[in-house]
Amino acid sequence: MRDDHDGAAMPLLRVEHLTMRFGGLVAVDELSFAAHDRAITAIIGPNGAGKTTVFNCITGFYKPTVGRLTLTTPRGRYYLERMEGFRIAQIGVARTFQNVRLFTGMSVLENLVAAQHNKLMAASLFSIAGIFNLGRYRRAESEATELARYWLERVGLIAVANEPAGSLPYGDQRRLEIARAMCIEPVVLCLDEPAAGLNPRESAELNQLLVAIRDEQGIGVLLIEHDMSVVMGISDRIVVLDYGRKIADGTSDEVRHDPAVIRAYLGEEEETAEEGAPC
Amino acid sequence: MAVEALAAPRSADLPAALKEALLAGLVALGLALFMVGLQTVPEGGTLTIHTRFAAVGMVVVLVFFGRFGLALLHQGMAWPAAIGGGGFALLTIVALLGDHRALLPFPSVVVDWIVALFAAIIALRAALSMIHVQAPVADRDSLMDRIGASVQRASIWLGPVAIVIAVALPFMPFADRRFVDLAILVMTYVMLGWGLNIVVGLAGLLDLGYVAFYAVGAYSYALIALNFGFSFWVCLPVAGALAASAGVMLGFPVLRLRGDYLAIVTLGFGEMVRVILINWYKLTNGPDGLSSIPRPSFFGFPFTRRPEEGVTAFHQLFDIPYSSMHRIIFLYYLILAMAMVTNLFTIRIRKLPLGRAWEALREDEIACRSLGINPTNTKLTAFGIGAMFAGFAGSFFATRQGFISPESFTFIESAIILSIVVLGGMGSQIGVVIAAILLIGTPEWFRDLAQFRMLAFGAGMVAIMIWRPRGLLAHREPTIRLADAPIAQPPP
Repeated sequence: MRDDHDGAAMPLLRVEHLTMRFGGLVAVDELSFAAHDRAITAIIGPNGAGKTTVFNCITGFYKPTVGRLTLTTPRGRYYLERMEGFRIAQIGVARTFQNVRLFTGMSVLENLVAAQHNKLMAASLFSIAGIFNLGRYRRAESEATELARYWLERVGLIAVANEPAGSLPYGDQRRLEIARAMCIEPVVLCLDEPAAGLNPRESAELNQLLVAIRDEQGIGVLLIEHDMSVVMGISDRIVVLDYGRKIADGTSDEVRHDPAVIRAYLGEEEETAEEGAPC
Repeated sequence: MAVEALAAPRSADLPAALKEALLAGLVALGLALFMVGLQTVPEGGTLTIHTRFAAVGMVVVLVFFGRFGLALLHQGMAWPAAIGGGGFALLTIVALLGDHRALLPFPSVVVDWIVALFAAIIALRAALSMIHVQAPVADRDSLMDRIGASVQRASIWLGPVAIVIAVALPFMPFADRRFVDLAILVMTYVMLGWGLNIVVGLAGLLDLGYVAFYAVGAYSYALIALNFGFSFWVCLPVAGALAASAGVMLGFPVLRLRGDYLAIVTLGFGEMVRVILINWYKLTNGPDGLSSIPRPSFFGFPFTRRPEEGVTAFHQLFDIPYSSMHRIIFLYYLILAMAMVTNLFTIRIRKLPLGRAWEALREDEIACRSLGINPTNTKLTAFGIGAMFAGFAGSFFATRQGFISPESFTFIESAIILSIVVLGGMGSQIGVVIAAILLIGTPEWFRDLAQFRMLAFGAGMVAIMIWRPRGLLAHREPTIRLADAPIAQPPP
């Protein structure tokens, strides 16, 4: 529940005039918003509103047609629209995918250790120290394992650490993907519909996990979600998209009562929405 | 008891079994009439056609009875199938062992044994179905998976045992020159298989032009040794480096390609290298090849009977009588050591971040990018390192043969190396060894069959693709384990 004032302090991630065109189709149109650290920012909107396109622009999978994406971290300021996807991940923008993308043939633990590739690669001196198993690499590897163990305990998957990731049930795979993203030690965590396909109990657990990540790690969480119980319950700020345009931006209470949001979700008849909550 | 159980589910249908067998016989007749029945023989400068209808008849009768036995089995009449198949197998084997081969009508000992084997299989299946132990397909698959898993786990002691056997091999009483030569050939392919395993098995990049790097290594060694007179041990790293740069050169244009498209481009690259070798006559001597490539020496001591003045030969160094086997055995140990280096490297790199990134890239490239893994560098190192080992193997090939020409680096070589990797089970080190012995060793054992030995190769491939489509030993052990992870419990 921060204010988005344009003070001297830059927000963690600032999106300005982001536009993405695919031929004649404008998927995202002049979108501007900011995401802060220690806050959960949700992007919601009806199907096809351009939410995932925004994510793909932020994480470098698409090059935006127009716009500036500024990431300000203690290490420096980066303009994401100029960077390649894997470099964006290296400076601390982690993401999960709408359809879970795990390394299914590898074990759960290997998924988390593979996520710490760059750190370990440097420690292994591009494999030379690793081949001869020097102490320097051994230490780095056991540190990486400890970080993986920490996140496995957090998401409750420690018991299946040595199982192939593909053999887990769907809900576990979703949590594992979040744990894997956290293993790159991000400053921004982008979650693309993390609650899709989860049952109410799993969804409630996910809420707790996301709040804990925000409060304990102090990072910014960016969330695309359809499940309103997740969005309304935990978001500090909600950005509503419709046809690629921002139609509302505010706290959950503000968005809940915004006539434009109600119109987008429930149709043109404003008066019928007594509750106002688009759920 | 067993008979009652069998009789219950299905009533025996003799006419149906006969019909099936007749149909199979007819198909066999159609196939064999021209392929077996007609033979072209050069006679006085022209080709004449000889007929072999007796052989066709033999084929048809064998297929008829074989199919009849199987059909009887399916119809639930296991007894006649067991007795017929068993009796035939027994007679054949007795005739073979009792040195009465002349009684058998088949043209070769290998065919005798194959016929006996098939009869025995029919009899065995009949016997098994009588005592009700025939496993359903799903059970059989999981059984093979478990075998794969236990072999993989046993590799801790299986590996050293295999190494001891490999080291002792040249001194076995049966190891004559031909045998050690074959062992060298098999070991070369084991090394190539292990090298390609890095590219295909770990990084998941389907490479159909692997032989190109083998060729680059062989020609690098040959040209440097012939033109500058450097020794094998100097040329080896140079050849490896040149092959690795060829790998990176191939890697750049194909970075964006995956799967089939990548396979097509690598196939083209393999052919390009071969065509360059043929046409760059000034450098490579074209189709005539390069000859009198220096043989390897024992770290400076040559394997010659009468060395030049002032040079000590290997047999003089150790004061033993000269034998031409010395060099063969040395070559064997050389390729064994080179293959073991490849193997140890692969085992180690799998446990390093680079190896994990290769495997992650194989599983999901997009997820890799989202985790900050640089896909370009990761792919290029896979291509480069895989090619480097092919270059080492190529140098060895050149020094062993003493003569190389583009003929040795055709597409079929790439196909064989890839078959070894796929057949062994992608990413399985021991699988590659077994597959190399099967694919390279077996055609040699089937030399009796002359040009038909490739048929045995094909039959083996088909059989394995039916029963083990993921390869003989397709089982993956995690590269890192959480030692004190609690035992997994079924979710409530």
